[in-house]
Amino acid sequence: MRNWFKGGEPWIWMTAGAVALSLVSVYAVLWMTAAQGLGHWWPKPLVETTLTETDGSIKRLIGELRDKEEISLLRLRASGYAIKSDDKYTSRYLFKQGNRDVYGVDFKWIPAPLLGEFKYPKDVISIERHEWGSFFGHLKSVKENGQVVAEGAAAWPELQKRLARSGKLFDEILSIEKKDIGEVNYKLERLRLKQRKLELLGELTDETKVEIDQERQIHEAAFAKLQARLDGLRAQNARDSLTAEIQDGQVIEIPFGKIADVIQPNDMSFMQKVGHYLQKLHEFIVDDPREANTEGGIFPAIFGTVMMVLLMSAMVTPLGIMAAVYMREYAKQGPLIQIIRISVNNLAGVPSIVYGVFGLGFFVYFLGGNIDALFFPEASPAPVFGSPGILWSSLTLALLTLPVVIVATEEGLSRVPRSIREGSLALGATKAETLWRTVLPIASPAMMTGLILAVARAAGEVAPLMLVGVVKLAPSLPMDGNFPFLHLERKFMHLGFHIYDVGFQSPNVEAARPLVFATSLLLVIIIIVLNMFAIRLRNRLRERMRGLEGV
Amino acid sequence: MNDGSPQTHAIKLGDLGRTQTEDTNEVAIRVENLDLYYGEAKALKSVAMTIPKKRVTAFIGPSGCGKSTLLRCFNRMNDLVDICRVDGQILLDGKNIYDRDVNVALLRRRVGMVFQKPNPFPKSIYENVAYGLRIMGVNNRSTLDEAVEKALHGAALWNEVKDRLSENGMSLSGGQQQRLVIARAIALEPDVLLLDEPASALDPISTAKIEELVNEMKDKYTIIIVTHNMQQAARVSDYTAFMYMGELIEMGRTNDLFLKPNVKQTEDYITGRFG
Repeated sequence: MRNWFKGGEPWIWMTAGAVALSLVSVYAVLWMTAAQGLGHWWPKPLVETTLTETDGSIKRLIGELRDKEEISLLRLRASGYAIKSDDKYTSRYLFKQGNRDVYGVDFKWIPAPLLGEFKYPKDVISIERHEWGSFFGHLKSVKENGQVVAEGAAAWPELQKRLARSGKLFDEILSIEKKDIGEVNYKLERLRLKQRKLELLGELTDETKVEIDQERQIHEAAFAKLQARLDGLRAQNARDSLTAEIQDGQVIEIPFGKIADVIQPNDMSFMQKVGHYLQKLHEFIVDDPREANTEGGIFPAIFGTVMMVLLMSAMVTPLGIMAAVYMREYAKQGPLIQIIRISVNNLAGVPSIVYGVFGLGFFVYFLGGNIDALFFPEASPAPVFGSPGILWSSLTLALLTLPVVIVATEEGLSRVPRSIREGSLALGATKAETLWRTVLPIASPAMMTGLILAVARAAGEVAPLMLVGVVKLAPSLPMDGNFPFLHLERKFMHLGFHIYDVGFQSPNVEAARPLVFATSLLLVIIIIVLNMFAIRLRNRLRERMRGLEGV
Repeated sequence: MNDGSPQTHAIKLGDLGRTQTEDTNEVAIRVENLDLYYGEAKALKSVAMTIPKKRVTAFIGPSGCGKSTLLRCFNRMNDLVDICRVDGQILLDGKNIYDRDVNVALLRRRVGMVFQKPNPFPKSIYENVAYGLRIMGVNNRSTLDEAVEKALHGAALWNEVKDRLSENGMSLSGGQQQRLVIARAIALEPDVLLLDEPASALDPISTAKIEELVNEMKDKYTIIIVTHNMQQAARVSDYTAFMYMGELIEMGRTNDLFLKPNVKQTEDYITGRFG
């Protein structure tokens, strides 16, 4: 035993155990988010069953079983359920009944003993609506302009045929609303600002005023035209509707314009389910969110996160590298530079929310406010840069990650062999030339390491962003087709904040829970992808430095 | 060359005085009363010598005797050491290289240096050789091609690398790397080439190649080689300077110095009685 200890065997086991534990935790995180999140779009069977109410009446239920858990009967009886049983425990189901417009709530916990037999009728439909969440019921008929065109078994094929048309119309409407009308609005706003600016400068002559008015009329005419087209399309889309019977026997009519998708989950083959799943996954990634972010996609959040990280990288890299170069190459090494170095290291330990507060106070109110006063007086009182936006967010995070980049770069510079520097100097290169042509390229992998760490930290940061630019729902992306294309003053959506918002601020927490996990998984994947790019770049740089020890 | 006083400053080096008359009096570098301090410590003490043009001069001596330090004075590499201070003069073609108006970068182009350990840059072989020229602002492809080929020929490396010029310089063997570094230095066509124990990190075959190369190069360049290997000094050099404790003890024609040294210390050192 003594020898076993002396041989260092326990030490090996301990260290290996630490590695194993780390690996397990990482995989557990990924596995759990994936398991909880990825099942969200898989079509779940629709159950039809009965529920015995407290007064003895029996009610029909149609919906999805989302969860099941053990519960003590005592607790159930205490909350008013009269259940006769000798057992101590029974189970209860989380039942999604949908039809929030009718019943007010989507989800309900129901004790298992009160439920009747589970049946899975093939004709029940699950409708994904643009508003009010899911709808479950038996399809009755399809109507055109109020006239029934198909009923009973014929209704389903007819529905699918007409749904394709409605989908196209809906896409067209969306495109006009978002793109064309957005563009006209943007132009009108610019025109208004132009006029206001001239007014403030006192250069608004009658001539220019007429000119601006003419231009405005052109845009307004275009707007009216688009509006008319939109009305026409909406009218067309209101032509068809369907009727369906919900669990309590009511027949509800739903216009096609409000339907995003209809499926018969109990009558789908495995391949159909896979197809549906992939389609929903695709929509999740490329669509805009709906219904307080609990439905639809998260594209704006993905876009915002990536763009913010890229902007941050573009700002922090040159700044960090330059600071490190000065500290390592030019500054006289002494107590002063040592104090600066320690301060920089300590900056990395400042809580991120503090950076957020600083960003809000300095960047947004002070810098942004002054920029507005100097360059955008015509927009007043509406702020341009004087309110949180993606520029300030990137700057705040650049500040937050600056120490990481400085420390990594300094480390890299200190590892450049002295012999290489001397070799360059001996060939008649000045210090600056040596730095540019030899030292910095050799230290570049270390700079990339700094950037990788910075990106990993910035992409996952949420707290400071809530103060300096992130919003729950951004009306437009920070980059679009309207000049100047990059709108750095705009607020943006962020995956990290989206997780918080959907998970804890939404009115429908149960419905959104899988989305929280799915969004988390996506955030992790995006960070991994961003890091992969940086790591590949670093490895390529390293390959070129092969043979230099310690780099 | 403007050399008003043919009288050597190293009075005790009568031997060198004699050789100067034989070698038509061509002096590449003249060192006058050179003192060098590292902080308080005096590393070189009133060194005075003349280095003949287009000959190989070897510096020998025990470790820490100041031979490398002296060598690094010739291209002012000692400037990089903050605490280093130099008194006295080093005249290169009559001009004191420690004068205020001397452009150190230009000086180093004229006085090339090869270090103890091969230090190629992590760039292609081609770019390694072209480095100095690019620094000078030469970017014309054909000029560079020509200069690179010439330098690699000069360093007896062309035949080994002509098909792989774009490969990383670090992928060469140690001996090849050292010749690459020599090629890099001679690409600038310097007047003087300083070799700081150029073969001490190499195997015997590579060492032989470097020595051969030194022999070939002495027609073109003034070469100063620092070595701790007396056989090497005897083999490659025309003149040898023996240094001890920061002082120049004796300098003369290599054959004379090794066969009949004037100073007792030199004799003790080369016969291996101390050092």
